[in-house]
Formats: sequence, structure tokens, C-alpha cells
Amino acid sequence: MLAFILRRLFQSALVLLCVGVIAFALFRLVGDPVNQIVSIDTPFEQRQQIRKDLGLDDPSIVQFGRYLVKAARFDFGISYQFRQPVSTLIGERMPATLELTFMAALLSLVVGIPMGVYTALRRGSFLSGVFMSVSLIGVSLPTFLIAILLRWIFSVHLGWLPSFGRGQVVNLGWWSTGLLTVSGIKALILPAITLGLFQMTLIMRLVRAEMLEVLRTDYIKFARARGLSDRAIHFGHALKNTLVPVITIAGLQLGSIIAFALITEYVFQWPGMGALFLGAVQNVDIPVMAAYLLLVSFIFVVVNLVVDILYAVVDPRLRANMQAA
Amino acid sequence: MADIMTTPPAPEPAAAKPSPPGRYARFRDSDLLASFLSSKLTMVSAFISVAMILGALLATWIAPTNPFDPASVDLMNSLYPPRWVEGGDTRFLLGTDNQGRDLWSAILYGMRVSLIIGIVGVIIAATLGIGLGLLAGYLGGRVDALIMRVADIQLTFPAILIALVIDGVVRSVFQGLGREQTAFSVLVISIGLSFWVQYARTIRGSTMVEKNKDYVHAARLMGVPAWLIMIRHVLPNVIGPVLVILTINLALAIITEATLSFLGVGLPPTQPSLGTLIRIGNDFLFSGEWWIVAFPGLTLAIFVLAVNLLGDWLRDALNPKLR
Repeated sequence: MLAFILRRLFQSALVLLCVGVIAFALFRLVGDPVNQIVSIDTPFEQRQQIRKDLGLDDPSIVQFGRYLVKAARFDFGISYQFRQPVSTLIGERMPATLELTFMAALLSLVVGIPMGVYTALRRGSFLSGVFMSVSLIGVSLPTFLIAILLRWIFSVHLGWLPSFGRGQVVNLGWWSTGLLTVSGIKALILPAITLGLFQMTLIMRLVRAEMLEVLRTDYIKFARARGLSDRAIHFGHALKNTLVPVITIAGLQLGSIIAFALITEYVFQWPGMGALFLGAVQNVDIPVMAAYLLLVSFIFVVVNLVVDILYAVVDPRLRANMQAA
Repeated sequence: MADIMTTPPAPEPAAAKPSPPGRYARFRDSDLLASFLSSKLTMVSAFISVAMILGALLATWIAPTNPFDPASVDLMNSLYPPRWVEGGDTRFLLGTDNQGRDLWSAILYGMRVSLIIGIVGVIIAATLGIGLGLLAGYLGGRVDALIMRVADIQLTFPAILIALVIDGVVRSVFQGLGREQTAFSVLVISIGLSFWVQYARTIRGSTMVEKNKDYVHAARLMGVPAWLIMIRHVLPNVIGPVLVILTINLALAIITEATLSFLGVGLPPTQPSLGTLIRIGNDFLFSGEWWIVAFPGLTLAIFVLAVNLLGDWLRDALNPKLR
């Protein structure tokens, strides 16, 4: 077990290092940073002095090391666009993104699992057919179309829900939350549904497939033979055994939720990190791009690591395999 | 062990095809045909896909106006609703956008742009993936480890995020040039680099099986150089499963292009794809001009759904386990 964790830790560190190299290389692509600081008639000696002060004449590897050390302290430099430290910008927007992704993930689990169970147990029913068709649409429609559709129906036509922004937020220390005000919660509904829909359909299909598989196994037949109630069989035995892969996939999908949050944030003008990153891509704001990249890959790597380890903890068969290996 | 858990298992290597190719191909085709004819949904989606692709390809002849040609666009005609709605103009079947472009023409031309970018992007991805997969599978060792490690890392991130990052990078490289000239290349490169992994994994898996077969040994004994063995002998035997990935990836590539254009980092409004049209329309949603976003959106949705259904069917039909 320990060897496994260590190996995974090493792999994770390698991934982060690669992303770090890419992030660092981004700065090199856009030319000489000194030119962006000085004016055209700055004498050569002064340019050399600035270059030296900034450490730009050190070997690349030294500069890279310096960048990584700074990044580890959340110092990502100054945004070209906003002339503010990148860490401040990201810190301001992080709560919005995290609240949105968390609600979307919660929604997809809370709705997706029961829908999956239902479609597995009542395979031929009308409602199952409806669920399956909805899931097909959810899987194949691009996120931004779903967002536009929801905005059109619920904001333009019905006027029930706001179409952009976070509503009123309450500051709890450095964390600004929209969950404590009515307008904040109202503003969260549409983006969360947009973001959660794809994951929801994925989870529903997964739960359905796993349930169908489990319901065919011998121990379910045995449970039936023992005369247990349907309820006990379906929820006590079958569902419990389907949840392991569901949790894994849900965890691994957290990454794509973050990626799709970008699109959702853009459509709903949600003041999160994704919108910040998108603006950075449009305006070639390298420090913000690099920081977002590092941060997101850090989240990915940590989530993947935790899921892998949890998986091994939850599933005894895997642990046995690992010891054998 | 760790590999199994962090990454989805590689697809099953393609089954060997020992029988003479002519008869085998005919047999498979007839089987495919039978399964095709037995599914109405598949036939409908095939019909829709073909009709849309034809419409896009023949846009120059079908479309009443050329939306790329500034001379045919008149600002006075802007924001007409569709023909059947009150205030519509008989010249414009689906209405016009904010610049007075005929929406029906714009959609046909936009489809064409989306389709071309999707196809070129997928071809780049497939070529890259097949090449790297062959190298990794045939050479093994360090080359294999390096390529597959990169693939693993890339697979951890969703394609749209990778496409966005590559888009940002390529744009900063091309910074001096105008957006009009570079937008197409930027998109195609982003899509190509985002989707190669799946091909590489599939090809690598089957190549590892094929390279130990007698015909490869024989070719090697005869002194055929490695690159020629890979292309001439191994490639034709491992290319089969790629077909399915191609279909499904085409839908994904088109979605990716549309998303990037929608987000404002794809094609500019002067050469609109479906995504660009949706982006333009989205700005008019609140002022009541719903048709600018609705029709391009619907076109994209239907096309993607049809191609997806077709891909699903192809995957099941070619999978011998499900027969």
C-alpha cells in the first residue's frame, strides 16, 4: 500500500513538473519581457541593468527553479491586463468557482443516482424512456447550447431567474459566498444545472449499467431466495455495490467539471476563475494563464491521487492485488 | 497496477483477420448493412448527417447569398425575423443577423467552415496519433514509455481545456499576424493536438500484438526497414478500430470548434462558423431577436446528435462481442 502511494505521489509530482515546464515556457513564447517594461529610447546599459535585476540573464534552468519556488508560495507575478498580483485576482474569484462546481457536483449526484437506480429497476417504463432520452441529449449537446437554452427559457421567457452574475454575496472573511442570500441562490441555480447536467447524465448511465450488472449476480439471487424484501435487496445489497465505481468516476470527473465551469462562467458572466482564464487567453495575459494552468493541474492531480487511494481503501480486491504485485 | 487504475484500459486489440480480404470485406459489409437496415434511428441519423454534409458542401449553390462577400450584405437588412414571423422578409427564409446577413446562407456556409475545421482537425489528430501509436507499439522501450507518459498526462485533462491552452499558446506565437489569417490554423492545430491520444492508445495496443506475428518476423528477416514494416505491413492490420474513433471524434471536434468560437477564441465574425454565429446570436437573446441564436444552435445540436448516434451504431456493429 505504501509503495503504491509513493509511486502515485512520484507520478503526480512528475505531472506537475511537466505542467510547470509548459507554464514557464509560455513566458518565453511572447518575446523579451524587458521590452514590455522599458520605453523605446531606453539606453542599452539600462536595459542590461533591468535584465540583471530581474534575473533574466541567469540560465533558463535557474529561472525555472525560481519560478517554481515562487509558484509554490502562490506568487505568480503581476497580470499584464489588470496590473494586479495574479494570486489576488485568483483568490478573489476562487470562491465563486468552487461554489459553482460544488453545487453542480452535488446536483449531479443527488439527481443522477436515483435516476440511474430507477431506470435500472423499471427498464421498460415510460419514465425510464424519458430519462434515457434526456440523458442522450445531455451527453451530446454542447454545454454552451444548454446554457443558452436555459437562459432563454428561464430568464428571457419566464423571467424567473437572473441570467448573469452571482447576485448578492456575503463576505465571510476572505471567502465571499452567494449561498446566504436569496438573490445569490437564485443566481446559482441556472449555472449549476448547466454545469451539472452532463455529469448527471454520465452518473445516471453509469449507475444504471452497474445496477443491471449487479442485479444479475448470484448473491442477489441468493438474497431473493432468502425472501428479503425488494427494498432491502435493491438498496441494501445492489446499490451499495454499485457505488464504488460511481464514486471513482464522480471524483475523476471533477476535473472536467472545472473545465466546463469555464464555459458556464462565460455564458452566465459568473465572476470565477474560468472567466478570468478565458479573458487571459483572449488577451495573451501569460501570468494569469500560467497560474490557472498550474492551479487547475494541481487540483486535478490531488483529486486523482485521493480517488486512487480511496479506491484501494474501499475495494478489498484491489488491495489484495496490490500486495500480490 | 497503478496504470490500470489511473487510466482507462486500452481498447481490445483488433482481432486477426486471416481470411482472404475480399471475401472478408464483403462478409463484413453485408453484416454491417443488415444491422444498418434493422435500425430506423441509425438510418434517420445517417440521412440527416448526409443531408447536412451535402448542404454544407454545396453551400455555394444552395445558399441565396454569399455571407462572406461584403458586397452581398446590406446593413439596411439587419435583424429581419424569419419569413413566417410577422415583419419577416420573403428574401430571408430564416431572417437576418445584426449585419444584415441572410441567416440561412450564413448557416450553410457556417456548417461548411465547422465541418472543414472538424475534418482537418480530426485528420491531424489521427495522423499524429496513429504515427505515435505505431512508433510506441513497434519500438517499445523508452520511446513507448515517453509517448505513453505524455498521453497519460494529457488524458488527465479534458480536451476542451487543452484546446484552449494550445489556442492561447499558438495565438501568442502568431501574435504579429492578423487574426483573420491565423484563426483557421490555430483552431485546427488546437483540435489536432487535443485529440491524438485515443488513436495512439488504440494503435499501440494492436501494434504490440501484431509485431510478434510471423509476417512481421518474415519481413524483418528479409531486411525490410522498420519504418516500411510499420507502414506497409502493420498499419493495414491495425487501422480498423480507428474508423469508429474517427466518427465519434468528428462530432467532438465540431463541438470543440463551436465552443472555442463561441468563447471568442475561435473564428472571427468575418468568417463565421456555427459557433461564431451562436456567439453573435447570444448577444441578441435579450432584445428579442431569438432566431439569430436559435437556428445555428439547432443546426449544431442536430448534426452532433446525428453523428453521435451514427458513431454509437458503428461501434456496436463492428464489435463482435455484441453480435
